[in-house]
Amino acid sequence: MYSVNYHRATSVADAAKKIKSGDAKYLSGGMTLIPAMKTRLAAPSDLVDLNHIADLKGIKVSGKSITIGAATTHFDVANDEKLKKVCPALSHLASHIGDPAVRHRGTIGGSVANNDPAADYPSALLALGATVVTNKRQIAADKFFKGLFETALKDDEIVTAVTFTAPAKSGYAKFPNPASRYAMTGVFVTKGKDGVRAAVTGAGDDGVFRSKEIEAALTKKFEASALEGVTVPSGSLMGDIHATPEYRANLVVVMAKRAVAAANA
Amino acid sequence: MSEVSLVVNGRKVSGAVEDRTLLVHFLREHLGLTGTHVGCDTSQCGACVVHVDGKATKSCTMLAIQASGSTVTTIEGLANGADLHPVQAAFKEHHGLQCGFCTPGMIMTATDMIRRHPEGLDETTVRAELEGNICRCTGYHNIVKAILAASKTMSKASKSKAKKAA
Ligand SMILES: Cc1cc2nc3c(=O)[nH]c(=O)nc-3n(C[C@H](O)[C@H](O)[C@H](O)COP(=O)(O)OP(=O)(O)OC[C@H]3O[C@@H](n4cnc5c(N)ncnc54)[C@H](O)[C@@H]3O)c2cc1C
Ligand code: FES
Ligand code: FES
Repeated sequence: MYSVNYHRATSVADAAKKIKSGDAKYLSGGMTLIPAMKTRLAAPSDLVDLNHIADLKGIKVSGKSITIGAATTHFDVANDEKLKKVCPALSHLASHIGDPAVRHRGTIGGSVANNDPAADYPSALLALGATVVTNKRQIAADKFFKGLFETALKDDEIVTAVTFTAPAKSGYAKFPNPASRYAMTGVFVTKGKDGVRAAVTGAGDDGVFRSKEIEAALTKKFEASALEGVTVPSGSLMGDIHATPEYRANLVVVMAKRAVAAANA
Repeated sequence: MSEVSLVVNGRKVSGAVEDRTLLVHFLREHLGLTGTHVGCDTSQCGACVVHVDGKATKSCTMLAIQASGSTVTTIEGLANGADLHPVQAAFKEHHGLQCGFCTPGMIMTATDMIRRHPEGLDETTVRAELEGNICRCTGYHNIVKAILAASKTMSKASKSKAKKAA
């Protein structure tokens, strides 16, 4: 790892001030940034640690309306009793990110800001029609994820929270990469008052996306059987040593069936 | 350089380190606690797992300065004098190690896992919880056996303690 200067922020305003030093980056759980720094894929001059800002932590559930602070760990999302009652699919998703040690430190804000094309949370935010709240504005998930590791965030902008209204039904299923546990294909489906949404991670050439084909079929009937015979085009899907685009196209349908079954269970 | 101060295995420690120093290097090189191992560069193997403020953490994926102010337990902090911790004893009894390189991380992950599952563990849960710990020798079978046995011993011990207190 190259040399770096560490700063501990005490508030969001303090973090926004400290990020101005050199080529600084925010540090949340560090479960992506530190491995990248160790292999010198990232080399920020300064780190601004967001972990000690109380305002960024915790989960608020009021009726169906949910706010999750950006520095809330995967472990806390997986184990929050109130959240589990209103949106169990999101807790289930969080409980399958990486391993226990990764979940103890990794955060929702870091995952969303990073927008790894195989990360789990982006599919949830897109399917839940969530809003990403920053220190400057509110951004709809539909406008937030902009392709591989790209988001609508400005360089110094801080994700402070994620908010959404829990839908009547939601479910998530992922086919984990056997080595890394990232999604080789993951599908999050929801049925709420604005209809059905289905978002796919781990498969798109350009990151997370909504599948028209899955949504159309599930709008007719929100059941796994509605996806019998449905195909999704493989043209814009990822191909790598783990799976071809055609294999992933099939996985999208299979994971969508499991996600719907989980949502209806 | 920054001043780092921590409580490690019940002892207050501090030192001036470069900000880029990983917690695992602080433990091994500054404190001489070489029980915590480094097995990979990718945060995947779990040989470096310690408890930071009571939670299993990969000490290769955290800066020492990030941990400043925290309480850390390493494999050296588990035994009570010459008496092995029940998880250590179970690994010995059930042959849960061969070369032993992964063992400190396995044991720190196991103690964290048992703490979070006071209701008891089953094989599927243990295997899922070991997702972040890689062993190149044992094939995991005896590690799983050791953790299940330790979980039973520890829940018995805490029940009899509760009885005594009642
Ligand atoms: C072994 C392993 C397995 C993993 N498996 C999975 C998996 O199965 N699924 C999955 O989805 N992920 C997985 N991850 C990634 C993990 O979920 C990370 O925690 C997550 O992607 C990043 O969150 P973080 O809090 O650790 O962010 P950091 O690593 O601290 O930061 C990541 C990036 O986001 C920026 N950032 C962080 N917080 C903010 C903020 N509030 N505002 C603006 N920018 C910010 C940082 O500057 C940095 O560029 C895995 C990681 C490891 C090491
Ligand atoms: S050394 Fe920390 S995970 Fe491998
Ligand atoms: S005992 Fe050798 S790596 Fe696990």
